[in-house]
Amino acid sequence: MQESLNFTPFLLSFKLASITAIILFAISLPLAWYLAHTRSKYKPFIEALTALPIVLPPSVLGFYILYALSYNSPIGAFFEEYFGIKLVFSFTGLVVASCFYSLPFMVQPLQNGFESLNKHMIEASYIAGKSTLQTLFQVALPNMKPALLSAFIITFAHTVGEFGVVLMVGGSIPGETKVASVAIYEMVEIMDYTTAHIYSAIMLIISFVVLLSVYLFNAHHTRRFGL
Amino acid sequence: MIDINITKALHGAHGAMELHLNTTIQQGEFVALTGKSGSGKTTLLRILAGLEKAEGKLLVEETLWLDAQYICPPQQREIGFVFQDYALFENMTIEQNLLFVAKDKTLAQHLLEVTELSSMKNRYPKALSGGQKQRVALCRALMKKPKLLLLDEPFSALDGAMREKLQKELLTLHKEFHTTTIMVTHNKSEMYQLASRLIVLENGKVVQDATPQELLFAQEKDKLKLHGKVVEIVNKQEHYSAIIALGQQLVEITLTHQEAQNLTPSQEIILQAGTLHLNLNESDTIF
Repeated sequence: MQESLNFTPFLLSFKLASITAIILFAISLPLAWYLAHTRSKYKPFIEALTALPIVLPPSVLGFYILYALSYNSPIGAFFEEYFGIKLVFSFTGLVVASCFYSLPFMVQPLQNGFESLNKHMIEASYIAGKSTLQTLFQVALPNMKPALLSAFIITFAHTVGEFGVVLMVGGSIPGETKVASVAIYEMVEIMDYTTAHIYSAIMLIISFVVLLSVYLFNAHHTRRFGL
Repeated sequence: MIDINITKALHGAHGAMELHLNTTIQQGEFVALTGKSGSGKTTLLRILAGLEKAEGKLLVEETLWLDAQYICPPQQREIGFVFQDYALFENMTIEQNLLFVAKDKTLAQHLLEVTELSSMKNRYPKALSGGQKQRVALCRALMKKPKLLLLDEPFSALDGAMREKLQKELLTLHKEFHTTTIMVTHNKSEMYQLASRLIVLENGKVVQDATPQELLFAQEKDKLKLHGKVVEIVNKQEHYSAIIALGQQLVEITLTHQEAQNLTPSQEIILQAGTLHLNLNESDTIF
């Protein structure tokens, strides 16, 4: 039997996922709103850029982020010199990397949500004298709760599940960058299959419960509001 | 007074066309806007509301709403708009829908009473019928006591009695708030009862512009026209007769041999009657 189970990797994963989801929500809200309403010819370019992390191998994304954030790049040097923040092999670096990695999982559900709203309802709010911001928070978002929930949960779950990017940008510093997925990888490497089993089972159960709650909420919402 | 001189290229159901309107609408006027679907009626309302761009100029009581450099956002136009699909805020109750526009509880209550919706003010739009939603949409549009009220077929989902009641009420409120109203409608009695001016659009252009009285009675003043459909032609030896469906009613009309030759069953026809005499019979039962 291995020495007592260490749950720090899970706490770290959830902390990372929560912070990432909140930051991404703030970033994605204006971006998704813009994409849902623009008629600009640049829209496909922005959409393709946003969707890149879905198809890009995590190692490629991780490599570029590592390259951009390291002390050898202007960005990394700037943050370290002026703010004293080290962006690689640190928790902050993981947050930055996760924001790139999970961006499409926040933007796309929000954009779909905005696009499926009745356009006239938004216009009625403008005619009522409400600003875009008031319309967004008082009319648009309350009428797309399933999309909102999907965006949050899927971003959260996707961030918890990331492995390649985290390993490349963060490494495996206990209590700092060693998240659950990396910890499982290490347990298998050192052939501690018992711990790997327990960790994996916990991930499996949490992921299932999270997804189940999304689908249950959406089913309930559909019945109640016929959306 | 509203000075309208606008042009907009449209890609309608019948290909490309140009919406063009150059007219002046007086303060307090009630304009009915009619024309076939795809003639640009709704687009015109949307341009007036600031929901769509157009070329030209819009001047409302010395306030500029639109010209080549400037477009006044809908928020600053002091208008009311009733959308054809009602577009109620689904996340708010009926009362909240009204109060979202203006925090005037007294006015909200008054409007809900007039439209017989008071008992439903705490319900959500999903729980209402089409006609009820339409009434809420009308109330909501009036909450700002708008200078310009734009209505896109506001009574289409209502039944006869409610329709009439709301028409009267709209007219009262139109006068009370001294609103200028532009209403898209296909209903002739509505045009006649409500509007002081009737504009007919065809392919984006104004083809007629006068009072409803002048336009609706222009050609055939005291003629009754009924649209019907031939059900059957019956040969009755010395003459023919046609069974014709007029809405829910069937009538039989005597025909000459030649007339019968030209008719076929399921053909659409127009029955026209000359001078009519009133023949009231109170004991008539309607089946």
